[in-house]
Amino acid sequence: MSMNMLLKRESLLSDSGSRWFLSLLAISTAIVFIGNVFIPEGSALHIDTYTVTLFGKYLCLALLALSVDVIWGYCGILSLGHGAFFALGGYGMGMYLMRQIGDRGVYGDPLLPDFMVFLNWQELPWFWHGFDQFWFAMIMVALIPGLLAFVFGWLAFRSRVTGVYLSIMTQALTYALLLSFFRNEMGFGGNNGLTDFKDILGFDLQADSTRITLFTISAAVLAFAYLLSRSIFLSKFGRVIISIRDAEARTRFLGYKTENYKVWLFVYSAILAAIAGALYVPQVGIINPGEFAPLNSIEVVVWVAVGGRGTLYGAILGAILVNFAKTRFTGIFPEAWLFALGGLFVFVTIFLPKGVVGFFSERKNKRQNNKASATAEVSS
Amino acid sequence: MFDVIHQEKNNKIASFFSRLLLVFSILFFTNSIQAQSVEDASFSSVANQLAGAKLKQVSAIVDSLTQYDDERLLPILKAMLEGSLYYEKKSKRLVFTKKLEDKSFNTNGVFDDKPVENVKKNTLRKVKTNNKLRSSIRKTVAQITLFANDIAVREKAIKSMFDDLSKENVALLNQLKETEKSEKIIELINTALAISDLKNGDVSLRLQALKKLEGNLEPVVRNEVTKLLEKDSEGNYKEDALVVSTASKVLQSIEENVKFYGYLETLFFGLSLGSVLLLIAAGLAITFGVMGVINMAHGEMIMLGAYTTYVIQLLLPNNLALSILLAIPAAFIVSASVGILIERGVIQFLKGRPLETLLATFGISLILQQCVRSIFSPLNRQVATPEFMSGALEINPIFSITYNRLYILIFALVVFFLLQLILRKTSLGLNVRAVSQNRDMAKCMGIRTEWVDAMTFGLGSGIAGLAGVALSQITNVGPNLGQAYIIDSFMVVVFGGVGNLWGMLVGGFSLGVLNKFLEPQTGAVLANIIILVGIILFIQKRPRGLFPQKGRAAE
Repeated sequence: MSMNMLLKRESLLSDSGSRWFLSLLAISTAIVFIGNVFIPEGSALHIDTYTVTLFGKYLCLALLALSVDVIWGYCGILSLGHGAFFALGGYGMGMYLMRQIGDRGVYGDPLLPDFMVFLNWQELPWFWHGFDQFWFAMIMVALIPGLLAFVFGWLAFRSRVTGVYLSIMTQALTYALLLSFFRNEMGFGGNNGLTDFKDILGFDLQADSTRITLFTISAAVLAFAYLLSRSIFLSKFGRVIISIRDAEARTRFLGYKTENYKVWLFVYSAILAAIAGALYVPQVGIINPGEFAPLNSIEVVVWVAVGGRGTLYGAILGAILVNFAKTRFTGIFPEAWLFALGGLFVFVTIFLPKGVVGFFSERKNKRQNNKASATAEVSS
Repeated sequence: MFDVIHQEKNNKIASFFSRLLLVFSILFFTNSIQAQSVEDASFSSVANQLAGAKLKQVSAIVDSLTQYDDERLLPILKAMLEGSLYYEKKSKRLVFTKKLEDKSFNTNGVFDDKPVENVKKNTLRKVKTNNKLRSSIRKTVAQITLFANDIAVREKAIKSMFDDLSKENVALLNQLKETEKSEKIIELINTALAISDLKNGDVSLRLQALKKLEGNLEPVVRNEVTKLLEKDSEGNYKEDALVVSTASKVLQSIEENVKFYGYLETLFFGLSLGSVLLLIAAGLAITFGVMGVINMAHGEMIMLGAYTTYVIQLLLPNNLALSILLAIPAAFIVSASVGILIERGVIQFLKGRPLETLLATFGISLILQQCVRSIFSPLNRQVATPEFMSGALEINPIFSITYNRLYILIFALVVFFLLQLILRKTSLGLNVRAVSQNRDMAKCMGIRTEWVDAMTFGLGSGIAGLAGVALSQITNVGPNLGQAYIIDSFMVVVFGGVGNLWGMLVGGFSLGVLNKFLEPQTGAVLANIIILVGIILFIQKRPRGLFPQKGRAAE
């Protein structure tokens, strides 16, 4: 029987979790969309633009959590530096938005962003060229973090850096980026980062319609990324990845070049994180080096742990739950948030090793087993 | 010709009048001097004339005061230089003052020891001085101190003369040279005399002086020698060709020396940073070596140690030295017990899941940080440095070692060797090594691995607490104290190789020194980045650090 289950090819939507998740996402997106656009202001069912943007933000963070789950949950690589890819993607989008400001900045310079005029720069640095084109910026959003992930992964996995060592190295990576982006000489706005954006592809960023569109796009991208990741783990490539997680040495002895699998998965995950960053920036309206802080990256890991790793939808659930709690907590009780977050780290790792999702599915399994044994007793 | 004579005459007349004026001023305004001969008049009564005297009188009084060989003279003159010599308006009593923040004064009588606090400004008046008077007082002070009994005072006096090598001063120096016994002082005098020769002597004297000054590190010497190499507007040297060539050689030797000591200084700073990293990484390394656990709350153990120092200092505000010495065991105990608590409360339930342990300890670090923020406020606190640790050991004019860094370096090494001793010579150490080599086998042999885990975690945390005591002496104590160093010390662990104390020693010091040598060239931030990237590349070659654990246990 168990052989049968392994051999039977699962299809994309064959598990109930995926079906639940995708329909929930579709329904809630539709509700928010209708509530914002069609229900007039003042009605109890109206959803204001602030809330829409907040949900849009959650969806971007959920995508980031998904990218961490892809490598942690399925390949056992604990990255404490995924915030770096997220922030790099955000900077790519930020640079495009910065160029769109044109001469509407405080200093009114048609070419140079405000902070460059402020720093007395005479011309645009070479790496800022091309970012006035949306398509170019979007390519860079995926390419730069992907390249960084490739180089880092190639160096790390080839020399078989694993476990805690790897986690520390990823943390060092994002820390190094944090330090360098704080420097004004880097040409990314230093401490203040990039902000004061005006419009995207000609649409005003402050307009309600742009906001709801960005929200809908975020939801669509999240759903797409979910399906893509799921199809990857249903493919042969994904099977090898899972076997690497469970027994890397054995997989290697079977003739698979495990480091190649790991590098490509790492690059894929980095690009997902970067896309999340690129969607995040136009919605919150700022990107600064603080996004590189190691704490942010570790927080993402906790979202995944809370939701339950290795299920994809668990990570998304965790991200939304924790961020919702964070918004509420920091509003009511700003001092207590770090206590709560710290407590959550400890609580989840000790009592909920499989996260919220794992907790419920275990209970479900138990009930089913009880039923099965009960019927078995009756029949005998 | 006539003009010159005329001018000279004028000068003479002027100086005659000024002297006359001086005599008159003494005659008319300093009654006591007039009444008694200089020898008889008591020092204090002359000095008391300063109260209410006008500028011209002040200078006359100072002149007559210097005739006395009285030990009270120096403090008075110094107070005048600082502008802290006042007198009370009503009683005309001379007082030393110390200005307080609210612009009132703490005063103490010059001739009677009656300290008064919070005296209002309008009851006092300053003894008048001006620039000219101050410079003459400075000279007088230099002359007095030159013949003081204390070597340090003499040394300072000679150094202050470097800028002003007038004939009188040179004569004084020569006079001192004959009676002086300390070699150090004689050398200083020689330097001073050589500088004077360099300035005023003829070519042969200059050449001789230059020879003497070869490799001398006094900043003044460097300036004077550089002056010899000046060019005039047409690009020719002002000085004799031979002097110029010798001077440039001497300058080169000086610069080489300066460079050498510059390197030494950087090396010392590097070692100092390395000693801090060593203290932090040592604790981190033993917990990782034994339990395979990266303790992300390690930085907060450091912070706890630093706050313990701060609290003990609050309890013993009057005895800084004692409070620091008490803080060492106290910080160890506080951090170690919190460490054991964490191990028993959280980590023991996460056996064999290193990544989860990492997350849980990170959560604990957040909680501890917020605790400290709630109790002590998020602001940084300053921990005072006791006297025996402040100041610097001056090796030569451009190279000195600050005592606090020196002591921390020694402290780190002592802790390191104590740790080695514990691991090599005690039964706890034996158990720790056994468990870190092969946990299951150790368990079979009857070692209580649970107990060893708790003790190891306590030991590692306790050492972090000691690092906190050390750090409190070089930076401010705040909730983020541990965070600042923790990533660097992870790098030390990764670089040195896990579970190897000698690796920590080499790793800590080499990263510290490398950092400090890169800093002047690239700036602090870039130096940090270069090192991080360097370590990422280093891991390629040696994935298990400089000194990997060998044998089957390593896998």
